[in-house]
Amino acid sequence: MLQGSLILAVALAYLGLLFAVAYYGDRRADAGRSIISTPYVYALSLAVYCTAWTFYGSVGRAASTGLDFLTIYLGPTILAPLWWLIVRKMIRISKQQRITSIADFVASRYGKSAVLGGTVTVVAVVGIVPYIALQLKAISTSFTVASAYPNAAALTSAGGGAVPLVADTALYVALLLALFTVLFGARHLDATERHEGMVAAIALESLVKLVAFLAVGLFVTFGLYEGFGDLFSSAAERADLQALLTLEPSASVFGEWVWLTLLSMLAILFLPRQFQVAVIENVNEQHLKKGIWLFPLYLILINLFVLPIALAGMMYFPDGTVEADMFVLALPLESGQPVLALLVFIGGLSAATAMVIVATTALATMVCNDLVMPVLLRTKALRLQERTRLTGLLLGIRRSSIVGVLLLSFAYARLVEGHYTLVSIGLISFAAVAQFAPAILGGLYWRRGTHAGALWGLLAGFLVWGYTLPLPSLAEAGLLSPTFVEMGPWGWALLRPHALFGLEGLSPVAHGLFWSLLINGGLYVGLSFKTQPTAVEHSQARAFVDALPVSSRAAVWRGQASVTELRQLLQRFLGYRAATQALERFAESQGINTTEPGWEDAVPANAHLMHHAEQLLAGAIGSASAHVVVSSVVNAEPLSLAEVMEILDETQQMMAHSRELQRKKHALEEATQRLQAANAQLQELDRLKDDFISTVTHELRTPLTSIRAFSEIMHDNPDLSAEQRQEFLEVIIKEEERLTRLINQVLDLQKLEAEPMRLQVEPLSLRTIVNEAVQAMSQQMENASVVCTVQPPGPGPGTVEGDRDRLKQVLLNLLSNAFKFCDDTDGRIFVTLRGRANEVQVDVADNGPGIDREARASIFERFQQARPRARAGASGSGLGLTIAQRIILEHDGDIWVSSPPGEGATFSFTVPRAQASTPTDDPGPLGDGASATPDTAGSAGSPITSSDS
Amino acid sequence: MATYVLIVDDEPSIAMSLEFIMEKQGYETQVVGDGAEALQRIEKAPPDVVLLDVMLPTYDGFEVCRRIREREEWADLKVLMVTAKGREEDVKRGLALGANGYVTKPFAIKDVVAKVEGLLT
Repeated sequence: MLQGSLILAVALAYLGLLFAVAYYGDRRADAGRSIISTPYVYALSLAVYCTAWTFYGSVGRAASTGLDFLTIYLGPTILAPLWWLIVRKMIRISKQQRITSIADFVASRYGKSAVLGGTVTVVAVVGIVPYIALQLKAISTSFTVASAYPNAAALTSAGGGAVPLVADTALYVALLLALFTVLFGARHLDATERHEGMVAAIALESLVKLVAFLAVGLFVTFGLYEGFGDLFSSAAERADLQALLTLEPSASVFGEWVWLTLLSMLAILFLPRQFQVAVIENVNEQHLKKGIWLFPLYLILINLFVLPIALAGMMYFPDGTVEADMFVLALPLESGQPVLALLVFIGGLSAATAMVIVATTALATMVCNDLVMPVLLRTKALRLQERTRLTGLLLGIRRSSIVGVLLLSFAYARLVEGHYTLVSIGLISFAAVAQFAPAILGGLYWRRGTHAGALWGLLAGFLVWGYTLPLPSLAEAGLLSPTFVEMGPWGWALLRPHALFGLEGLSPVAHGLFWSLLINGGLYVGLSFKTQPTAVEHSQARAFVDALPVSSRAAVWRGQASVTELRQLLQRFLGYRAATQALERFAESQGINTTEPGWEDAVPANAHLMHHAEQLLAGAIGSASAHVVVSSVVNAEPLSLAEVMEILDETQQMMAHSRELQRKKHALEEATQRLQAANAQLQELDRLKDDFISTVTHELRTPLTSIRAFSEIMHDNPDLSAEQRQEFLEVIIKEEERLTRLINQVLDLQKLEAEPMRLQVEPLSLRTIVNEAVQAMSQQMENASVVCTVQPPGPGPGTVEGDRDRLKQVLLNLLSNAFKFCDDTDGRIFVTLRGRANEVQVDVADNGPGIDREARASIFERFQQARPRARAGASGSGLGLTIAQRIILEHDGDIWVSSPPGEGATFSFTVPRAQASTPTDDPGPLGDGASATPDTAGSAGSPITSSDS
Repeated sequence: MATYVLIVDDEPSIAMSLEFIMEKQGYETQVVGDGAEALQRIEKAPPDVVLLDVMLPTYDGFEVCRRIREREEWADLKVLMVTAKGREEDVKRGLALGANGYVTKPFAIKDVVAKVEGLLT
């Protein structure tokens, strides 16, 4: 007999201690020094699986049906080794995708679907609330039993339900736990939804409940009895207990075990609280390795004394005054062990509160993130999208959700109180979360699974679950007509909730699980094949299915392929050498003698070689293509849509890359072309320079030769006549003048080409300049009997703007050119001036042989000798016309030559009127003149007969 | 019979100097300043030696040389190229076309004399 107040005080103190641990854990986590970062804490936190159901309910179930309570622990134990594949993958994905709950996980896998997340949340809440209710009931019942024992009335009322609301212990338990859950799980917001303090407290609770249960087990076995042997032999004497100790080897019992084991396998993976501690709260993947054997060990320890306690309880309380669910607590009380009873109470409290806190936290996260917030965010009137800080709102929703879930649980507990044992309610919850299995397991390993499949599968499974499991339980609780269960709705026997479509012989849980999973899974697979995933679903499917590293891919190759086939593949893509090397390395590792001919045909390729080949190929053609290519020889499965997408992705990237390359290549080609053009221009200039130099030197050699020859003649012939001597000296002087003129003109041209011409522009009369030029030539022309006429007589055509000296040079060059080529015997030169509106034109015509069309094109090039010289002894540099052209162009004028057949040649130029231009500012085409028509400049081999000008 | 030298050069002063030099040696000389005209003269009266400039109106020196060598009856006719283009390829080209020797401008008188004498022996 324990005082209620004492129990209350101890319980509150214990909860305070838990809170202190949690607080400390949070502080350490904030400081970056986690206290839960050890596999032992992780394994203990997984033991949140063991709730009040385990603590009290296992004994109850063992007392009524024997050993089948073990199935709930067999499932997780059998499954544990697979955690390394399944749970590790879920952890990896959750870290990558920043998953916050199991609803988030499912929603994220199927294209981040809010609808799916909400559905999962609803299923979880509906499925788990009864389970939480059961924990509340366990706490209140254990409190009542502990404080009222052995008051029979109190014990009966504990199972009754007639207590008024305000007197119901469960209400206060619910409110107290709501407060603690808020403190543990929703004190502040964490982006990762990790609660290190809570995990630390849970781990401690797991330890406490284990110690408490072992203590009572040891007390019963070794205190009340003298060990296992004594206890079991005592029980064996009771006929009614023998059934509990034997396993009926019938098909139905076996089936029941299989179903329950399967159910618990799914539950350990998909219960929201298990997902919370195993996946969300996981600090380090490696902790799983220890968890895999530590957690089953925990389960074995906590189940060790279930049967002994049950048997002892049955022997101590044969009349049924104490519910079997309470044997654990009643036995120490009956034996006068209040301290032990208190410890048991605390153990049960631990089991219940741990479950309630974690489950409620997980549910509240889901309700907030996947149910309430999506709706609020879509309600435009609230303008939440525009608010920058939602922290306060989120915390408010989270805390309200916690309180709401607990009050809901309390309401449920009141509703069905007394009609169900702990275990039965727990199994119904298990079956509810088992509905997540197709969507999650399929989502982890099957890319093809689609949103529609997951959503409709889950909804249908949930409906069937509701129809076959909770609905009949309401009927049994008297809330529905029992005929509904016995006869089916409207008397349709096919729809009897416990024998759907005539399936009988299974327990209600196995029956409900069978139908709900069958329909759920069937719809999931069927609709997934029928529907096309969206782009987001695609990428998410790939992210989930391929979450674990590629190294596991080697195992993917299960098909058959010969080494020869792989060799051909490798050779095609990598070449003979690389293929041979790869295969020889493989042969070496397999201990095969490669010198033996034909070994490649004899040996099948193993997964490792195929994987190796794929990796080699991936280096050459990309991973997706490599996978396909290897598949082609491995008789593998047909291409999945995701693989095709992957290939398309890669191809697209390669095409983009190739387009970029093409663009660069084009730019390069353009640059090359420009360079080539520039180079050609440079080479052309270089050639012109060479030609110029060779022409100049040739032109220099000619007068030099004469000078040399006559000097030598006079030197060697002192007996020359005076006339001869005179004649030879005149030649020498004339040739020297020619030399000087040539050098000056070369220098002139060089100057013209090197820098912009500086024109001394002034208004001037071309007529005056023409007269001056003719005057300068008059003596020379008179000597040769050449007549020069300037037309029209009288005053000139007005003024132009120009450089007097330059224009005079032009006229001199043209006149001397005409002089050279005019008729030998009757030489005539005509200079004509024409005034026009904005320019003055000057023509200089001779009556020589004229210039043919071809020669006219290049007459202004340097050293172009276009026509045979008419006048003996007339000689020039070959630069006169070039210089004239430069000067006229610089004046913005024009210069050209015309030569009608049989009429001699006429050189014409124009100079703009005074107002027409400002030639000094215009750099003009000065530098271009040299290369304007380079193809005709001094071409080798053309007959060069004379120089002009 | 006196040795006959045909001087082909379009530069009157150079032709004049060569004329003086050859006459001084006792050769008969003729002067023309045009390739086509030179060939006409040769046709009329083949000389013993042709002093042939390269840069000429109508046919250049190379062309004249080539046409001379086309004619078997002129096989004994000696061709001495007198060129301002002392470049290697010009010399080679002239010799390849059948010229018997060359002098470059400006020339030394005794050089020209020696070469002509060398061709005549």
